This record gives sequence, C-alpha cells and structure tokens, in this order.
Amino acid sequence: MIWNPNKECMSRDERAALQGKRLHKIVEYVYHNVPFYRHKLQEQDLTPDDIRSIDDIVKLPFTTKKDLRDNYPFGLQAAPQSEIIRIHASSGTTGNPTIVGYTRKDIGVWSECMARCLTAFGVTRNDIFSVAYGYGLFTGGLGAHNGVEMVGASVVPASTGNTEKHAKLIRDLGITGIACTPSYALYLAETMESMGITKEQIKLRVGAFGAEPWTESMREEIQERLGLKGFNIYGLSEIMGPSVSYECQAQDGSHINEDHFYPEIINPVTLEPLPLGQPGELVFTTLTKEGMPVLRYRTRDLCSLMPGECSCGRTNVRMTPITGRSDDMLIIRGINVFPSQVESVVLSMPEFAPRYMLVVDRVNNLDTLEVQVELRQEYFTATFDTPAAIDELKKRMADKLRSVLSISAKVSLKAPGAIERSQGKSVRVIDNRKLK
Amino acid sequence: MTINQLSIFLENRSGTLTKVLDLFKEAGLHILASSIADTAQYGLLRIICTEPQRAYLELERAGVAVALSDVFAVELDERPGQIAEVVRGLSEANIGIVYMYSFFIHGKGLLIIRADKAEEAREVILRSSLRCVPEKELPEWGV
Repeated sequence: MIWNPNKECMSRDERAALQGKRLHKIVEYVYHNVPFYRHKLQEQDLTPDDIRSIDDIVKLPFTTKKDLRDNYPFGLQAAPQSEIIRIHASSGTTGNPTIVGYTRKDIGVWSECMARCLTAFGVTRNDIFSVAYGYGLFTGGLGAHNGVEMVGASVVPASTGNTEKHAKLIRDLGITGIACTPSYALYLAETMESMGITKEQIKLRVGAFGAEPWTESMREEIQERLGLKGFNIYGLSEIMGPSVSYECQAQDGSHINEDHFYPEIINPVTLEPLPLGQPGELVFTTLTKEGMPVLRYRTRDLCSLMPGECSCGRTNVRMTPITGRSDDMLIIRGINVFPSQVESVVLSMPEFAPRYMLVVDRVNNLDTLEVQVELRQEYFTATFDTPAAIDELKKRMADKLRSVLSISAKVSLKAPGAIERSQGKSVRVIDNRKLK
Repeated sequence: MTINQLSIFLENRSGTLTKVLDLFKEAGLHILASSIADTAQYGLLRIICTEPQRAYLELERAGVAVALSDVFAVELDERPGQIAEVVRGLSEANIGIVYMYSFFIHGKGLLIIRADKAEEAREVILRSSLRCVPEKELPEWGV
C-alpha cells in the first residue's frame, strides 16, 4: 500500500520540477528570514534568483552541526516564535543541544511523511501500534506518534522503560505494530521470554526500527524472536526526525521523502557532489520546512543513493543502509554521543587527567558506555583514602556525564598513567559492539 | 601523636600491587602493617612503614597515586581488652572510626586507627591507659 501515490510515485521530471520550485522558494525564505544564510549567500554573490532549478543546489553553501551549535539556540530559526508550536532538542557536541522548532505546517509534513513510512510497512487503521521510542526532547517518540495517528491506527504511547508492562500490553491488547530501536526490540524479546510470553501469544506483525545502525542478521533475529517483519526507518532531528526515509515491502534500500528532504551524496573531503550510486556523505536540504529550514546539511552519515526503479512502484530515490560516519559520532541507545562531549566533562574536573577512553559494548542487547578516566596524581590526597570518597568522586563525574550525554555511563577509575598517551591520532573509542 | 600512613590507589589488575611493593624493597623500607580496602574496580592500599616521608617521595616519583594521611598507631601488649577500650572510648565520645587495622606479634602490636575527628580522638586516647607510638619510634618496629 502507498499512502500518497501522487507524491511517492510521481515521474522523475515532475518531481524535479517540484523540487526546483520548492528550492527556489526555501532559498528566498531563508534569505529574508535567517541572517546566517543571507550572509552566506551574499559572500558567494548569490541571490535567491540564481536558484531556479534543483540542479542549482550545488551553488548553495553547506550547513554543518557546528553552524547549528554556533547559532544556539534560535539563530537558524526562520519562523517567528509565535508560529513555532513545538521544540525538540538533540544532543550537541559541547554541552549545547541542537534546538529545532517546528511550525504547525512542519508537524503536518512530518506526520504525512511518517504516514508514508508506516503505510509502506503495511500499517493500517486496523492496527494497534505501540511507540517505544523515548517520548520527550528526542524526536523519535512524538514523531512516530503523530504518524500513527495520521494513519488512523490506535497508538499506544509506551515510550521506553517499564518493559515488562509493555510486554504485558503487547500480549493483552493484541498490539500488532511497534516502533523502537532495533536493540530495544531484542531487549523486549528477552523480557518477554523471561516472563514466559511466547511468540504465539502475541500478535506483533510490523516493526519500525531505526535511530541506530543495525544489520541484516539483527533483523533476522528480531523477526524470528518477535514473529514480525522489521522495516528500517531513518531520520535525524536536524532535518525533521524519523520519517526522512523508509523501507517498502521490497526491502531493497530506504525510499527518501525527497519532495520534502532533498538528498545529495558528496565527497566528505573535497565536498564535491558524487554521481548517483557512488558512496559518500549524505547531505539534505529541507525543501518545505518553515521552523528551521537547513540548506545542504551535512549528516556525516556515509551511504549511497541507489539508481534504478523499485519493484514497489514508488519512484522516490532509495538510500543504502548507513555504512559509517565521516566524523567520530557514536550512536549509543539511539542517542548521539561525541567523544568531545566526554572530553568537556573530563576537562571540567581537575581531579582527573585530561585523558579518557570510551568503551562501548552491547550487553543483553542494550548498549553500554564505560568512560575510563585517570586519577590525577597530585589530586590524590588523604581525602580520598576511603572507597566512599572515591565513589563520591566517580558519582560526580557520572552525574555530569549523564546531564551532558543524556545517557548514563559507567565511570571506571584508572591509576595515573594507565590510559595510553595520545601519539598523533589517538584512539579514544573502543567499540566492542558486534553488529553481526 | 599521629603518624603518617601511605594511602595508595591500585587498579584491580594483576601486577599493580607487585609494582608498588617492589618500590619499597628497592628503597630499603620496611612495611610494618598494611591493609587493603577493596572494591570491585579498585583497591586502596594502606601502609605503615619506616620513613613514610621518604616512601612517599619514592612512590610519587614513580607516578603512583599516593597520599599521606594522619592515623593513630596505638601500642598494644598482651593484656586483653585494649582494642575494646580504645573503640569504646571513641564511641562514647561520639567519634567515628573511618577504618582500623592491626597487627600483633611476640606479645606486642599496633592498632592503626583513622578517626573522623582527629583532635577529639587524640584526647580520648590520651585519657586512656594506652599510648600512641610516635613516628620516630617506627624504625625500631622494623627490626
């Protein structure tokens, strides 16, 4: 089934014309409403009238995560505050989160895009669908929620946490669909097994999984254990949230809602656009966004756009799974974590040497983060000669980490000199997660 | 009245303790008493030795996380009830014991105590029937 064949199946020429028209409009809009973009265009001697077709997009400047950070909190917001009806925040690299404001129309576009995803997965108004992404500042929960309501299925806002109660509801309510991270799906399967709930007692048939990288073998395991069919959904809050791209029943790449989010693949070093099919860094331009539109936002995600037509009938371009990052960002329990965030916490506490190591692992299908820090020799005084005092120090660091990273981390204290000194490009991350 | 104890942070990894003990050996320092407060992740080694100041400098130079802390070293002999007397005295004066450990050999011994109120603890021990060993006597205990 297709939610909006008019947009999802339009001819390539028709779509390119629509994209060109929308691009001109959005450039004109940001030129007049966002001083940051006006200056960037002026520096390149560009005016909105220079952008006439979608092919002109290559003339436009890029936007980076740093630009969002430098313009914290509302510098890139184009709509007046009175038009903003929701604000989400995602993790930033140095303490400041990225703030994204949405107008009523943006929320509508988001719901529409999400409805396209869910319909492609096979969700209909007859489904009972639980959203087990975190509800809150994170875009996953509310983003998926609105889409389920748009489709007309019964939404169960389960959020994360209290997995046992969720498992019980899945069985007792006959819940048929679920949206969550793939690792949470495995954790849920485990919880159900420990509660004695079998696959035969539940009616789950569709899973919308995203917000973290996953693999075909994880898909097989989730499908086997929960008895459903799992679909990939991709998105990022800087662009919208979940619903930027989605798999269809063919499960051969994820279709991009490119009438709203225009994708390009660039060489992350030279910034040159790459031809269709070549792997590189994924870049998005929001073609219709009012709250915080972005031009050529560098996602840092590496993948390629797929040539050719999909057997499902949709004509919107597909992207391959994400194969990596062009920066050092980690995704832990669906949350973006930058080593530099940990660094800022370590540097703020003089009791620790300015060195650290992040160890990421997956235990019982849940990501774990350990932050190893070194005691600074000159700060180890008689005050610290009891475990209570040392544990208090560790707790202070753990609290700071949690407030900066939005996820909890285990702090491991090492003796002075125990963490390898950096020589040239230092290794600060050990990722033991086996994405089979 | 108090003496210097060395407090050393050790990771729970084989070889860390050996490395520290070798430093004492190489410097010719006698360890008179020791205890380890262990946790799942690390240990705190506490040592009473001859010449604690010199030991501190040697360990610091070797990059070890080491601190000097003030503790009481109460002298014990073969009469029973001495540890009880000290502990009762501290308890009645509402002084908390942060930690304590002891050794006893050939009719005499040392009870090492760190109290949360050092000044008041000093008063209590002075009023008791026991005496504290001053740091200058420590070398005698090492032979």
